This record gives sequence, structure tokens and C-alpha cells, in this order.
Amino acid sequence: MRHIISVMLENEAGALSRVAGLFSARGFNIESLTVAATNDPTLSRMTIVSVGDDNIIEQIVKQLEKLIDVVKVIDLTATEHVERELLLVKIDVNPNTQADIDRQIDQFSGKIIDVSEDTYLIEVAGQSKKINEFLDSLDASKILEVSRTGVTGVCQKRED
Amino acid sequence: MKLNGAQILVDCLKSEGVKHIFGYPGGAVLHIYDALNVCTVIDHILVRHEQGAVHAADGYARTSGKCGVALVTSGPGLTNAVTGIATAFTDSIPMVVVSGQVPSPVIGSDAFQEVDAVGITRSCVKHNFLVKNADDIAETVKKAFYIATTGRPGPVLIDITKDATIAEIEYEGYPQTIKMRSYQPEVQVDAEQIKKAIAIIEKAKKPIIYSGGGSVIGNASKALTTLTHNTGFPITQTLMGLGAFPATDKQSLGMLGMHGTYESNMAMHDSDCIIAVGARFDDRITGNLEKFCPYAKIIHIDIDPSTIGKVVGVDVSIIGQVNDVLQALIQSLDTKKLENIDSWWKQINDWRSVDSMAYRTKQGVIKPQTVIETLYEVTKGEAIVTSDVGQHQMWAAQYYPFDKPRRWINSGGLGTMGFGLPAAMGAKLADPDRDVACVTGDGSIQMMLQELSTMLQYHTPVKIININNGYLGMVRQWQEFFYDKRYSMSYMDALPDFVKLAESYGHIGIKVEKETDLKPALIEAFKQKDRTVFIDILTDPTENVFPMIPSGAGHHEMLLAGRDEMASTNDSGLNLV
Ligand SMILES: Cc1ncc(C[n+]2csc(CCOP(=O)(O)OP(=O)(O)O)c2C)c(N)n1
Ligand SMILES: [Mg+2]
Repeated sequence: MRHIISVMLENEAGALSRVAGLFSARGFNIESLTVAATNDPTLSRMTIVSVGDDNIIEQIVKQLEKLIDVVKVIDLTATEHVERELLLVKIDVNPNTQADIDRQIDQFSGKIIDVSEDTYLIEVAGQSKKINEFLDSLDASKILEVSRTGVTGVCQKRED
Repeated sequence: MKLNGAQILVDCLKSEGVKHIFGYPGGAVLHIYDALNVCTVIDHILVRHEQGAVHAADGYARTSGKCGVALVTSGPGLTNAVTGIATAFTDSIPMVVVSGQVPSPVIGSDAFQEVDAVGITRSCVKHNFLVKNADDIAETVKKAFYIATTGRPGPVLIDITKDATIAEIEYEGYPQTIKMRSYQPEVQVDAEQIKKAIAIIEKAKKPIIYSGGGSVIGNASKALTTLTHNTGFPITQTLMGLGAFPATDKQSLGMLGMHGTYESNMAMHDSDCIIAVGARFDDRITGNLEKFCPYAKIIHIDIDPSTIGKVVGVDVSIIGQVNDVLQALIQSLDTKKLENIDSWWKQINDWRSVDSMAYRTKQGVIKPQTVIETLYEVTKGEAIVTSDVGQHQMWAAQYYPFDKPRRWINSGGLGTMGFGLPAAMGAKLADPDRDVACVTGDGSIQMMLQELSTMLQYHTPVKIININNGYLGMVRQWQEFFYDKRYSMSYMDALPDFVKLAESYGHIGIKVEKETDLKPALIEAFKQKDRTVFIDILTDPTENVFPMIPSGAGHHEMLLAGRDEMASTNDSGLNLV
């Protein structure tokens, strides 16, 4: 199953490579990984999407907790949570396809953030599933470039 | 007080109570060496190879229970140390390794003797630090020792740039305490889990205690012995756990696993309740997982939560210091409520009568097993025995019954050839009054031979028992059994004259070719209290280690010496190797 694991870790040089190294050394799979500082500048939050059965996810969580730089690990999938991902996609447009594309962008609450003579740069935010669907709805041969941020997420409830 | 970074480092080590450092100098650590030179409370042992330094610090730590300390220079100094660090990591040995690094302004420029030490060691340390400021040295050293010695112990690397050792700063002394929000090794034993465990133990008709390295490292020998005696349960110990419970006690079934005793492995297989104490279900222990302990409820005691359920699913896990957990079990257990296990013991004694450790002697050749038995006799079972890796290691573990913890020092997890000799040197420095024997092989000894020179310089007399079978015996054994006797590269044709070699290093060399000479030679060697003696013993080149669970097989599918034809292992077994 797909799990979103949120890791709070010391904002120190090398902390990211410890996590990345752990995943490759133990053969755990990473679908996406995002990391940035939090409101506390000494802490970073890393969000990892991984796929595995319960045993594997349990091992991932325990191995992460074992890293000295890691302060806290939460399997978001096990709680009520919100996940978001941002997509930037550049596509070919021409007068024949434009109307269709505009409608799709609307439907996915996307935004056109840059327009050139024959391209659109589109931004879509949401669950990864929605982004996949949006990309699927486009004519693949017209897609010039795709950049996704990977998933970030938080628990819905207040936490201490 | 104004001090430079190097002086601060040395003061920190002093404050930690460090008495011995094993190391080797080089450009990046010259300031540290300069500061060490005027330090009178720390003895520095100048090894001949950085791997030797780390193994020696490791042997020192395993023997004394204290944190081992090694010091190496940047670049090749650090890369040479990596095998030693990985060895300590796999066996959870507390250790702090300090390495020099190029000056911080040139980091990343491919400077002379620059390697990414933190990157290279990341996967084989408990934690590592790069220190670029003299201001950070004291706190980092405090953290390093704290991390290395608490929780599940392990090696910690401190990589210090040369400029940090040179910079002069105001030093406020070594911190007394340290707190880290991301590392809290103290755990309270969960009373609920103890209750659940006891409920299983009370119902057990075929219980067995399976104890590992955690019982030794966690200093839980007394509690383990008490629990075993109170319950009357049989106990088996892993290669790493030997000595935590006395091997000569009648409740001891000996070692388990690939080369364990028949009674241990059969008892594990048939058991209905396994109490795993500081053990991690290593593949050399479990054999084929699908056939592992099919009937047992498993109680797993460990300090490291990630070992729980990693290999084998368990019924009750108890996280905590092994000693604390065992105490809690001892206190909560009402032995009157235990099942009668007489028939279990009867079954075990039947397995024992198979005498799986029996071996056939042959006129005119020295059996390696006899060498170890004689070593036991001559040292009255009181020596510290270090070993290298191979057949000789297994024979040492099988035929030298250890009654006390920290007497058996070997690289179990990583299986590092070359470990034995420097580890013996470290052990001798940690416990100078005790006899130290290094059981080694003709292959292994040649991996760290140069330390013979260090041993002369620092006067660390040990007795080197070279089980010279003229082969990389363990490799030859596998090729005989599993590769249709295609002996590829397991024979070394040009062995040195070990006697002359020992002599050239200033030690005593003895060659033993006849069994009748064996005991007198060992007696003579151990009489030489303050000399290192190299005893080169020519043993049966064709002898194999038995009993054996071929990989891919289960505990109940052991093969016994002289009684079972060693069938080739199956394909899935070969993949497991
Ligand atoms: C550094 C290292 N390289 C290779 C091996 C693989 N290996 C395991 S046992 C062994 C043979 C050891 O030969 P020797 O020291 O003569 O011991 P014997 O088995 O003959 O007793 C080898 C090559 C190892 N364990 N460590
Ligand atoms: Mg050999």
C-alpha cells in the first residue's frame, strides 16, 4: 500500500542523505521525497511517499526513528491527513486545441501561469491522484515538460 | 582558558576517562598528535595499519565494556579504518573514531587526502559528525560518546577539519551533561508486555531461552543466569552471545545455528516457547525461515525496536535494556506456576546423546578440534579468546566452553578476516593480567600480520594459535559440499615460515607438527607470560566444520560428522549464501 510518511528531523547538513541512504541501503522504495525547513528553523520536515506491505512500512518507520537526527516520524496514512502536490506542465497549444485545454484546466482548478505563442505553462495543485488524472487528460504528444514537487502533507488534527 | 581545537579534543577525551587510543598519524591530524604528545594520562598505541587500530579499539571495548577510541588521518587513513568501523557496527560495539579532514575552506575541491568521510561511513556507523569549528568540538565529543555507549551501542565517527584543530578559542571545559531531543535511549520496560510474556511462559511445555550478543553487550549475564536457573529452562546461545550463560552449566545446550549443536537446533525447532534475549534472528541462526521454529510462540527482548519483526514475526516484544527486562521477568515470574518440563528435558537429553560434537581422530594428523580442546585445558578455560574468521573460528566457538561473558571476542556479524590479532592486542591492554589467545588461520592471520610489530612495541603478549590447514578452509569446505569439489582459489601455495616470521618481529615462534607435541608446546607458550608466542600448528587440511545446517535447510535438517553425507544444498540455499 502507498504510505505518506512525515519525518521531522534536525535541520543539519547531511540529514537528508542519511534518510536517502537508508532507503537505498535497505532496499526500501521511494516514490517521492520532499524536504524543507519548518517554522522552527532548526527543524526540517521531510515527506516521503513509499509503497510496501505493513511489515515493510513498519520497518521503514522504525529505521527512520533510529536515525539520530530524526526527531519524530508519523505515518500520515494512518491518520486523517491532507496531501498536496504541485505540478508544473508545459504543453503545446494551437487554436484548434486551446478551447479543450482551457476547459480541462478549469475542471482541475489549474492555472495558466505563462503563455507564449504556442505553449502554455500550467500549474495544478492537489492530491497526486488528481495530478495523474489531469496529466492523463492531456494529449501526451503535446506535453513538452513535466515537473512535480512530490507530495507534502499534514495531519488534520491538532498535534502536540 | 585559550586552547586550540586539538588541545580541546584531547581534554575532552581525557574528561571522558579515555586511557587508550589506537591510531596512526598523518597531515590532517598532526595538531591532534601534537596535543596528545604532551598528554600523560592517555596512552596512544601506534598501530601499523588503521584497520588494526579500529579492530584493537574494538577488542578493547568488547573486553572491558568501555568505549573504544581510534584516531586516523584523512583520506586513506579513514578508508583503511572503514572495515574496522563496519565490523564494530555489525556487532553493536561502542566506539568513537576520530578522523582528520582537510581544512574546511578546501572541502569539496578534491584536495590532497580528501575523502567524504561522513558519506563513506554513513551506512556503517551509528552516527557521524563533521566538525568544522573549534567551538563545536567539545559538544560533539560529548554527543559522540553518549550516542556510542547508550541504547544499542555502536561506532560514532567524528571527522574534524584541520583548521578546527588549529583555531584557538576560549575553552569552557567539557560539558557535564548532554540532552538531545532527537535521541532518547532510555526506555522504561512496559509492564503490560512483561505480563503477556509471562502468560506465554507459564503455558510453555517446551520452552527454550535463545540468548545473543545483547546479553553480553548489555551486561545481563547475571540476570540471564538467574532467570535460566529459576525457570529450569534449557538455554542456547548465539556465536555472539557465548559466555553470557556458563557453557559448562547443565542447562546450557551450546551454540545454535548453522554450526550449532544438534540439541540446540532440534530444541529450537520443536519448542513451543522461545525467549529471545538480545538476539536478532540472523540468517546464520535461523536457517531457512520457512522452516524456522514452526510451533513456537516467540518472546523477543531487545533494546532496538527495529529488530522486532525485522526477520521473524514475534508474539510478544519487550523493548528495553536486556538487563532491565530480565530483572522484570525474574521479579514477576512465579516459578510455581510453570509447567512441568521433565519430558522436554528427557527429549533434549536424547538429542544430546547423539553427541553431535564428536569428531574422529586420525593417527598422524592433528585435528583442529583437539587443538582448541587442548587450549581450553592448558588455559583452564580462563583465557580471553579472540578469533579470526573461518573454520577455526567455528571450532573455537564449539570446543572452548566459555563460562563468562567478554571472554570470547570475534567478528560475528561482518565476519572480518584480520580481526583476531589486533583485537587480541586490544583485549590484552584492557585486561593485562589475563591470558589472551588469538585463534587464527593461515589465511586470516596474513590480513593483519603487521600488528605483530605494534604488539612488540607496546608489550602486549598474546598467544597466537594458528590453525594451519593450508587452506582458506571455510571456502574449501563450501566448495567441497556445494560446488562439487571444484576448489577455486581456496588453496594458498606459498605460506610463509610463520616461526621465522614471528621471530623476525621479535616474538617467539613454535611449530607443531605432531599431536604429541601439541600440549607441551601450548604449556610452554603460556609459560612465557610476557612474550608473544606464535604457535603454528599444522592441522588436518581436509577437516570440515560439523554439525552443519546447509543453507536452505531447517534446524531439524542438520548434518552430522561422519554420519551424514553432505548433500549438495538446493538452489535457493545457494542463493542465500
Ligand atoms: C576480509 C574477508 N575476506 C574474505 C572473507 C571470506 N572468507 C570467509 S572464511 C575464509 C577463509 C579463511 O581462511 P583461514 O583464515 O585460513 O581459516 P580456515 O577457514 O582455514 O580455518 C574466507 C576467505 C572474509 N570473511 N573476510
Ligand atoms: Mg586455513
